[in-house]
Amino acid sequence: MNASSSSSTPAASGVAATSSSTLTVLGLLAVAVLLVAPFGVYPVFLMKVMCFALFACAFNLMLGYTGLLSFGHAMFFGGSAYICAYTIKEMGFSPELGILAGVVFAAALGFVTGLLAIRRQGIYFAMVTLALAQMFFFFCLQARFTGGEDGLQSVPRRPLFGFIDITQDIHLYYLVLAIFLFGFLVIYRTIHSPFGQVMKAIRENEPRAISLGYRVNQYKLLAFVLSAALSGLAGSTKVLVFQLASLTDVAWQMSGEVILMTLVGGMGTILGPVVGAAVIVTMQNYLAGFGEWVLVIQGTIFVLAVSLFRRGIVGEIIAIAKYYGGRTGN
Amino acid sequence: MFELLGIPPQALFGQLLLGLINGAFYAMLSLGLAVIFGLLNVINFTHGAQYMMGAFGAWMLLNYLGVPFWGALVLSPIIVAIIGMVIERTLLRRLYQLDHLYGLLLTFGLALIFEGLFRRQYGSSGLPYNNPLPGGTNLGFMFLPNYRAFVVVASLVVCFATWFVIERTKLGSYLRAATERPDLVQAFGIDVPRMITLTYGFGVGLAALAGVLAAPAYQVSPTMGSNLIIVVFAVVVIGGMGSIMGAILTGFGLGVIEGLTKVFYPEASSTVIFVIMAIVLMVKPAGLFGTAK
Amino acid sequence: MRLAAIFLAASSLVGIGVAQAADPVPVKIGVLNDQSGLYADLGGPGSVWAAKKAVEDFGAAAKGLKVEVLAADHQNKADVGTSIARQWYDVDGVDVIVDTPNSGIALAVSGVTKEKNKVFINSGAATSDLTGKACTPNTVHWTYDTWALANGTGKAIVKTGGDTWFFLTADYAFGHALERDTSKVVTDNGGKVLGSVKVPLNNADFSSFLLQAQSSKAKIVGLANAGGDTINSIKQASEYGIVDGGQKLAGLLIFLTDVHSLGLKTAQGLNLTAAWYWDQTDANRTFADAFAKANGGKRPTMVQAGVYSGVLHYLKAVEALKSAKDGAAVVAEMKKIPTDDPLFGKGEVRIDGRHIHPMYLYEVKKPSESKGPWDYYTLKATIPANEAFRPLSESDCPLVKKG
Repeated sequence: MNASSSSSTPAASGVAATSSSTLTVLGLLAVAVLLVAPFGVYPVFLMKVMCFALFACAFNLMLGYTGLLSFGHAMFFGGSAYICAYTIKEMGFSPELGILAGVVFAAALGFVTGLLAIRRQGIYFAMVTLALAQMFFFFCLQARFTGGEDGLQSVPRRPLFGFIDITQDIHLYYLVLAIFLFGFLVIYRTIHSPFGQVMKAIRENEPRAISLGYRVNQYKLLAFVLSAALSGLAGSTKVLVFQLASLTDVAWQMSGEVILMTLVGGMGTILGPVVGAAVIVTMQNYLAGFGEWVLVIQGTIFVLAVSLFRRGIVGEIIAIAKYYGGRTGN
Repeated sequence: MFELLGIPPQALFGQLLLGLINGAFYAMLSLGLAVIFGLLNVINFTHGAQYMMGAFGAWMLLNYLGVPFWGALVLSPIIVAIIGMVIERTLLRRLYQLDHLYGLLLTFGLALIFEGLFRRQYGSSGLPYNNPLPGGTNLGFMFLPNYRAFVVVASLVVCFATWFVIERTKLGSYLRAATERPDLVQAFGIDVPRMITLTYGFGVGLAALAGVLAAPAYQVSPTMGSNLIIVVFAVVVIGGMGSIMGAILTGFGLGVIEGLTKVFYPEASSTVIFVIMAIVLMVKPAGLFGTAK
Repeated sequence: MRLAAIFLAASSLVGIGVAQAADPVPVKIGVLNDQSGLYADLGGPGSVWAAKKAVEDFGAAAKGLKVEVLAADHQNKADVGTSIARQWYDVDGVDVIVDTPNSGIALAVSGVTKEKNKVFINSGAATSDLTGKACTPNTVHWTYDTWALANGTGKAIVKTGGDTWFFLTADYAFGHALERDTSKVVTDNGGKVLGSVKVPLNNADFSSFLLQAQSSKAKIVGLANAGGDTINSIKQASEYGIVDGGQKLAGLLIFLTDVHSLGLKTAQGLNLTAAWYWDQTDANRTFADAFAKANGGKRPTMVQAGVYSGVLHYLKAVEALKSAKDGAAVVAEMKKIPTDDPLFGKGEVRIDGRHIHPMYLYEVKKPSESKGPWDYYTLKATIPANEAFRPLSESDCPLVKKG
């Protein structure tokens, strides 16, 4: 993993350095496209893409920027979804409070699991998170409030802040867009802050970071909690979109899916997970008619991604851009 | 639900034996994983799919070619092992210098492909495979089907033979040396890449063998492996990644623990292994029988 | 493609406003089920075929309806299922969703259907909540439910002397409901429940649980599970000599495809409740023959037959109303006209959305009695329509209280 991420980081910073104003323009352009997108594309589909994109970005914060592969991120995504769905449906919370409750829960869960998990590295870290996620899955299956296998359905879309109607998909779309942009900016700021630099330093060479006097474990824990909270934000938002929370969201396959998205898009790149999520969700949506081929196609993409374009879609683009940029620069 | 005292000792004895039988499957599967990890440093997520292919191999040999169970017991693992070796040569080999993560992701993708293909061809509700050893023995405290007894014995033999070959023979010492210093072993005139291919094939063959053994006991179904792989994974981690004896003992041990959970708190029986895994990783990160790197 | 779909939907809406009488009434049927997973064999592509066959047999074109059938795979994921349902309703102009096994997804789709005022005719899901506390004016539950299964199998077995029970229950909502409903039937009829064990999901080995069932000395081991779980528990019960030891198995939800997958040698003697069996009447056999021809020799399950019958009745209601757009009105019409079709016979759709018809108790044949593949059941008893389903007096459906 280090092999590829270390090669992509200078590339990313190189692009950022070329012209940050170009990047800002591009960013604004992307936002403008997203603002008008629901008039051309089915909004529910776009919302789904954004929820998963946020989830993948949050996951990428762990994998791409601290080098820790979590195999249990579904517990934050799904756990927060359950809390959000339950507080809204059964306790009459408004959407913003429901989402807040979900995020707080995910952050708290992230704190506890983080405390246990960050003491281990590499594959052992992955295994600890997997084990904890499986236990959480069991809890969700057993607990009464989750509705077991049936999940929580028909979660109402109450007015946002008590007066903004979100029962219309198009209204909800802008709420989801706002949440997505908020989450994305948080991640962007984090990565480009001194804190983000320390995280990268830990990823590249942990003993060295320790010897420089950084309390590595505190940084890792903070990153873990942040990643969990943002995953929770994605999970809670998804509840508003689909009006349901189910066991699928906490199962280990969900953790695998988010790895797939990040990998396909390009881990360690800020846009990679967004692209990856868009690709995978689109595929699931349009391949639904292919039935059993979905699994085969997904697997093939996995294999191709690992064998041929290990940097992911965005990672490869950056690499190409850097290659040509370097040549013309010279 | 039962209470501890509510269970007569004979019944408990029966449950222990059942745990051992299930442990036999865990042991064989985790042994294959441990061999592959120990000698290739690859986390073989396709293991579950290869187990499933072993079972399907037996079914296909019987239904298309008329090969009975005992023939399939030998043939099916060989066929699946050959497929595995082709995968090693063409795909896995290119990832050895990279982080473990890539091997895991590649094999995960392959597992999806295999499962998808078999689902497409054979549906998902599974196919029947007749019991080659019907009947059983009444042990007094329980009725032990002959076939299950055979499974335990076969698994024990295979497991310990593997352990013996790797830890106690010259061939095994070559293998172990090759994983430590492939360049040096190569210099002594041993074809290391071929050895690695064969080792992968052997690990895969073990998975397929477990699959053939599972065919008469469970349904032959495309999903049989994907449900199991995560558990087997946990077994290997608990035993200590790469530790041969660790995988065997933990496999049987966890089978028994799971069996007991099925009596006292059945709902949790599929989760108990993960609880143990979390605890072990907290206390002894290298696993029960592993050595810290 | 998506844009095109939107334009299509928009133009069809305009079309209705302009010329309703002259143009054929457009109807879009979406078959939403599991095309690849656990439930693919009992519904899956066969259900799609059944829906198309119903359209064909109804003679839709001649009756002024322009019917189109779509299909999609919900992959047993509730979010995938509801996104497809939403997209169908919002973008593709689907008027009715049929089949949809998997109780969780069925409940979710039922909610979406009500919100969009469309129609949901469920055949594949088991939960009796669909016509109970989660009933809506837009949902019809066609083929079976947990209450009917529990009632059919439970009552019949207790009456024939199987009065002590032990349950192997799948540890999720569906299994719990099945156990709860059956326990009630057993105790109401003078039987006794000696114990139960909750089996976690994705558990392949039932030997431990079977041993517990054995030591309970109950006469009947009730299998409150489905699909692969049922198959594995029956298979292992025969291996561990449960049946030879004098105990009997009662499968609470067993489909024809499960029996096929088990083989008669293992499944023989099993009692089960079903809504429909292909080899029971001439009409059923005709349907089954056509089905087999189109589906590689397989015989239809009760779920697939239910899709056929449900779609047929739906089309009748649409024909009467001359429009499929107001879902609640169509369902009200479906409740008004009595049901009558070749497969399920005469019956009605009750106020709570429950389709009422007789249920049947079958026994699985011995290998020697069977004439060949798919010849699996002998009819043991018929449960008359008025006893087969949960009476309205016990219903917790809000629609019932209002009326």
